[in-house]
Amino acid sequence: MSEKKVLVRVRGLAKDYKRGAETVHVLHKLDLDIQAGDFLALMGPSGSGKSTLLNLIGGLDRPSSGEIEVGGQRIDSLSDGALGRWRANHVGFIFQMYNLLPVLSAERNVELPLLLTALSRSERRKRVEAALTLVGLADRAKHKPRELSGGQEQRVGIARAIVSDPTLLLCDEPTGDLDRKSGDEVLNLLQALNERHGKTIIMVTHDPHAAARASHTLHLTKGQLSREPEAA
Amino acid sequence: MLKFLPLFFANLRRKPVRTSLTIASIVVAFLLFGLLKTMEGALSLAADLAGVDRLATMHKVSMIQTFPISYVNRIRGVDGVVEAAPFTWLGGIYQDERNQVAAQGTDPEAFLKVYPEYKLAPEQLAAWLSDRGSMIAGRSVANRFGWKIGDTVPLRSSFFRKAGGGDTWEMRLVGIYETTNGDNASLFFHREYVNESLAQNQGRDVIMFIVMKIANPDDAPKVSAAVDALFANSPAETKTATERAFIQGYANMIGDIGAIVTAVATAVFFTMLLVTGNTMAQSVRERTNEIAVLKTLGYSKRVVAGLVLTESFLITAVGGAIGLGLAALAAESVGATLAQFFPVIGIPSSTYVVGAVLIVLLSVLAAALPSAEAWRLRITDALRKA
Repeated sequence: MSEKKVLVRVRGLAKDYKRGAETVHVLHKLDLDIQAGDFLALMGPSGSGKSTLLNLIGGLDRPSSGEIEVGGQRIDSLSDGALGRWRANHVGFIFQMYNLLPVLSAERNVELPLLLTALSRSERRKRVEAALTLVGLADRAKHKPRELSGGQEQRVGIARAIVSDPTLLLCDEPTGDLDRKSGDEVLNLLQALNERHGKTIIMVTHDPHAAARASHTLHLTKGQLSREPEAA
Repeated sequence: MLKFLPLFFANLRRKPVRTSLTIASIVVAFLLFGLLKTMEGALSLAADLAGVDRLATMHKVSMIQTFPISYVNRIRGVDGVVEAAPFTWLGGIYQDERNQVAAQGTDPEAFLKVYPEYKLAPEQLAAWLSDRGSMIAGRSVANRFGWKIGDTVPLRSSFFRKAGGGDTWEMRLVGIYETTNGDNASLFFHREYVNESLAQNQGRDVIMFIVMKIANPDDAPKVSAAVDALFANSPAETKTATERAFIQGYANMIGDIGAIVTAVATAVFFTMLLVTGNTMAQSVRERTNEIAVLKTLGYSKRVVAGLVLTESFLITAVGGAIGLGLAALAAESVGATLAQFFPVIGIPSSTYVVGAVLIVLLSVLAAALPSAEAWRLRITDALRKA
């Protein structure tokens, strides 16, 4: 087995929230290494801190203490602006509720991350077309989200996440709002992105069926990680 | 910024009724603003074009009071007065009440001496001086009604009635004048032609004002005092002032237009600020989740706030441009209707500059709070609430 590089390194990570006078400790001194090319499923009961961990690794939130390094870069010390640019270049997000802009067509939604780049219009179009083709929705490019099924919307969400070719894909319950068939299609797609395109994927899920598609599963309980045997 | 245009337009189409109503409110605000500025401009332009060497005499009580025609000759005898021309408003109507014209009866020879800027071709001048039933008109009024030289035009008066009945005088158009003072919508006829058909105490032998040319503009106060002294303690005392003050006084009969424009415009734009600000605030609140998604994708606070600001600017700019455009069209059509009172009327070019500044100000102020909200929005909070 070849030695893989660590893409995500988390050390002593803690996250606390204030709820009135009370402080809620969501994550406690958490350590985690994720290899480049891994497909990691993160499971755990509601309120265990799965989404919080995902948000911290994706640079959407700031830790109370500890370090997060992604691709050799400390992201916990970046300024807001630098963190935004880092997200645009290195991370693709896939949400449970797809979070597409309802007023834009599928292709315009997918194009959104590219509007921040210096790419020409034709180059943007090429990339959007390639991303939509990859998720099998090239023929739905002009459709608005309300004209698509849930599974198709999620595939547009995946196309948006990969259009800028990020190293890391963060998925927050990507099949949580889908029926089994659509969910399987999305999981097939994620698996293909991991195996054929080398994307490192961290997926938060409640669904053991979805977690079974990942190469590793970690359980988060009361802010602490426990490693499970490698998924089949 | 151009690459974001589809996003702006898609957002504007999100709630088409709300966007249309907001734009319509802004259109009305800028239309009103444009019309008020047109009115103000018409009045101040007329005053600006007034000759520095001309004085005007009117009844001491008000401009609508008349005084005897005999005053003209007495004024001509005052030291420093070169010539004096009498004027009477006809309140002229051509064919239909809507076709009001600025028709004034005067003494043609005296008029042309007092107002040398009104030019006529020699044969037209000769025709006007020799024919008591003739008139001259400005180019725009002639074009408006399709009058040609030689046409006989029936003009009805809103003020006078003939002694034998009737209120319409037929006048032959003998000249189209050219002038440098911007007035190309007036009409001048022989005052005597109308006067001779009026009954005593029905406007006969009285006039509304006299405009005199003086030899030295520096003597204006002295000549004014001398003229008014002539008629002191008479049944019709006079008030003499520079032509500019006279026109300004005429404007002031309507009110302090500058103050009215400022007050109305301030009230209207404050209301617009609330309307547009509310629209933008509502629009941003409805899109909290989408703004959080944009931020997730790497859109900076500045870009997100800029998107809100640009959207506000687009709404205001579209409304403002349509409003000012409609004001320009309305000024043109109202100008024809009000030609009797304002021969020089049109939307002043400075209105567009002030309008552009107002568009920017309104859009920035209206978007200030929503932009700040978008700027401050925390991604995790917004996505959690969604």
